[in-house]
Amino acid sequence: MTQALSGEELVQRIEDVLPQAAPEFTTDGVLVRKEALPEVMCFLKETPGLDFDYLVSITGVDYQDYLEVVYHLVSLQHNHSLVVKTRCDRESPVIPSVVSLWRGADFQEREIYDLLGIKFEGHPDLRRLLLWEGFPGHPLRKDWSPPEEAPTSSEENN
Amino acid sequence: MLKTEPVVINFGPQHPSTHGVFRMRVTFDGEVITDLEPVVGYLHRGIEKLAEGRTYTQNIVLTDRLDYVASMTNNFAYVLAVEKLAGIEVPERAEYLRVIMAELMRIASHVIAVGTFLNDLGAFFTPLLYMFREREKILDLFEMVCGQRMTFNYFRIGGVAMDIPEEFIPALRKFLREMPHYIDEYDQLLKENEIVLARTKGIGILPKDLAINSSASGPVLRGSGVKWDLRKNDPYSVYPRFDFEIPVGVVGDAYDRYRVRIEEMRQSVRILEQAIEQLPEGEVRAKVPRVFRPPKGEAYGHVEGPKGELGFYLVSDGSNKPYRFHIRRPSLLNLTALRDMVVGLKLADAIVTLGSIDICLGEVDA
Repeated sequence: MTQALSGEELVQRIEDVLPQAAPEFTTDGVLVRKEALPEVMCFLKETPGLDFDYLVSITGVDYQDYLEVVYHLVSLQHNHSLVVKTRCDRESPVIPSVVSLWRGADFQEREIYDLLGIKFEGHPDLRRLLLWEGFPGHPLRKDWSPPEEAPTSSEENN
Repeated sequence: MLKTEPVVINFGPQHPSTHGVFRMRVTFDGEVITDLEPVVGYLHRGIEKLAEGRTYTQNIVLTDRLDYVASMTNNFAYVLAVEKLAGIEVPERAEYLRVIMAELMRIASHVIAVGTFLNDLGAFFTPLLYMFREREKILDLFEMVCGQRMTFNYFRIGGVAMDIPEEFIPALRKFLREMPHYIDEYDQLLKENEIVLARTKGIGILPKDLAINSSASGPVLRGSGVKWDLRKNDPYSVYPRFDFEIPVGVVGDAYDRYRVRIEEMRQSVRILEQAIEQLPEGEVRAKVPRVFRPPKGEAYGHVEGPKGELGFYLVSDGSNKPYRFHIRRPSLLNLTALRDMVVGLKLADAIVTLGSIDICLGEVDA
């Protein structure tokens, strides 16, 4: 059984090493400041005993006051897991990329950029993944509405 | 030596070997691949966005359309996430039925994976049709329980839609008696065929470290020698009650991934045999209110699907629709390292490598 590590304990450990991350305990994980995200992730990945070598998933959520990015980490070696979160504002959404630590972040960060408009600083090739260049807006934002419907071909013929 | 200009070839989106609408931008130096970029999104239907406008129960239908050759496991991962969110206990009989459907689905998905893979090798349709023969029997079984041959919509929050009919268990027993013999038959195609060996051994190698670092999962991760299967490592449902093994590869080439799938089918047959022996009587669905509103919060539920770790991350705001519905899609993440697997090979080997990853475009593009 994958052991979910105690967020409270890890908040303390991160606080000791990286006070600038200002880690906070949330319901099921650790919330850190985005500026310190690369250091925190590096700490979680490289520290013996933690060894979070596997990035399960990255997700973005639009909470309307801010955007949140959620990282699900697992250590295959110790079989334990942790959820890390970070936030940015909606007007200038920039978050450091973690592709240099986990290659698995590549497509997922591109997907979040595509659908939520969060820019990942340091991503080697940040382009839209699913939608085409020039698509208006970012659909998973709560205030997004679909563009005016284009006329269908049958209407054109009439 | 003669210097040649690099040539870029757009492989797909319409090409039989891409198994759907998938495009690879391949750069060649002569015949050798120097770069490859997967281009996805041709089948993007915006399922994550659509799901925000539908109720939790209605969304089960959308999950069917992700990996459409393994709809049962998609249902499974989604209802697990919802049940985690709302803290629902599932009746024991329903848990067993879920495992039975999930393992049958794994066999059905793997026969397609192996069959189309041999297709890509040039064994045009003969092996694939042999394998479709068994898939057909599995689809008959599914039709018995839910009336559908694809996009089953069989799982419900708190259980399954309905109990199995009387004739299901005898038909399943018959299938389980025959299946090991057929798996041996497939295996023979591989083990004793020199062409298959020459085309797959040492092709598309994914080293262990890269497999972990690039978030590969399922047979792709295990083919590289990583013993990681959520059914064992993070058991859900009633999997701890079954005795089965996790097959792993050695070098992580196309051959190893192929072998892992063949062995997994045997293990699935083992699980199914134990599941019908242990199958208890009782309810198949917990009492869940018709207007279902999970409490505020978030949950991540995952299963070991045929293609890898399929996970759903759900955020609830207390209403009857999910506030956020994210799908962790193994087919997409398994493509991350495709470039590294094929650089230095020839085009025909890139097709073999892609076939050995086993993607489903409905899932890649969501």
